[in-house]
Amino acid sequence: MVICKSSAELEKMHQAGLIVWGALEKMRGMVRPGLSTKELDEFAETYTAEHHARPAFKGYRGYPGSVCTSINQEVVHGIPSPSRKLREGDIVSMDFGVELDGYFADAALTVPVGKIAPERQKLLRVTRESLEHAIDKVRPGNRLGDVSAAVQEWVEENGYSVVREFVGHGIGTRMHEEPQVPNYGAPGVGPRLQEGMVIAIEPMVNSGGPGVRVLDDDWTAVTADGSDSAHFEHTVAVTSNGPWILTRPRESTGPVW
Amino acid sequence: MARPRRPEPEKKKPGEGSGKEDAIEVMATVIEPLPNAMFRVELENKHQVLAHISGKMRKNFIRILAGDRVAVELSPYDLTRGRIVYRYK
Repeated sequence: MVICKSSAELEKMHQAGLIVWGALEKMRGMVRPGLSTKELDEFAETYTAEHHARPAFKGYRGYPGSVCTSINQEVVHGIPSPSRKLREGDIVSMDFGVELDGYFADAALTVPVGKIAPERQKLLRVTRESLEHAIDKVRPGNRLGDVSAAVQEWVEENGYSVVREFVGHGIGTRMHEEPQVPNYGAPGVGPRLQEGMVIAIEPMVNSGGPGVRVLDDDWTAVTADGSDSAHFEHTVAVTSNGPWILTRPRESTGPVW
Repeated sequence: MARPRRPEPEKKKPGEGSGKEDAIEVMATVIEPLPNAMFRVELENKHQVLAHISGKMRKNFIRILAGDRVAVELSPYDLTRGRIVYRYK
């Protein structure tokens, strides 16, 4: 069942979202060659505690970290580790969520480490743009398929592929609520979007084929063909004025990340 | 944090019998018509069972007379009743 939120609840989720956004923006600034993914995780944990929130991923189905850090061919759910150091030319996806006052928010972005190859720059840009196209479809009366199709069309037009095995999700008083939000689909199908619905839209885009597999740690998903993968995400509410990105300040404009 | 995709519930494909894949399909001969589009049919093993006409045949007005050769699906749970799914010409 899809749960619609009142405007007071959306405001609470926005407060959680601002913590997620603040942490990710700071982490984006920290990224440099030689930094370990564990340091990002520790920073996120401290930042969250300072803002009196709780890291949402920690302990979720046994996940050991507060952040998911996924480098290059890693798609999502990379576990932070002190021995895993960022290298010049890498791309690293940082996925983070918090719970504040019983409400969740979840967001992610992929950033370059130092100077990266033009192909990787394009992958990051296309993935971010696919999220922007999807967010633009988050309006009352549209269907979920319109959101999914917006991602898939933009990604495939640019010669990349979307991951099928993982999907976005409804979010609210739990991190994963109904509905599932796939990054592929047909326009005009699926549940109708209504005011108060909140979904985490998260395109996961591979430069090669769409296949993924999960490593022996039971978490880290990597591309089956070893190609690069990028991941961007926002928690977005449906309002009568159109999409409201809960995981960034209201006054923000321009690219979503 | 991305959610692992939950598999879609399996959908029935059109033409898959009446969705009762467990049914046993056997040849039979119609003995006599009964009210309510029911028929008494005799299976190849000489058992007589009560059979009704499948919805698809009823929809397409397939007429069945005594003496017709038909295919009957039997439920493994109740072998005294069946469903006529095909009339041979």
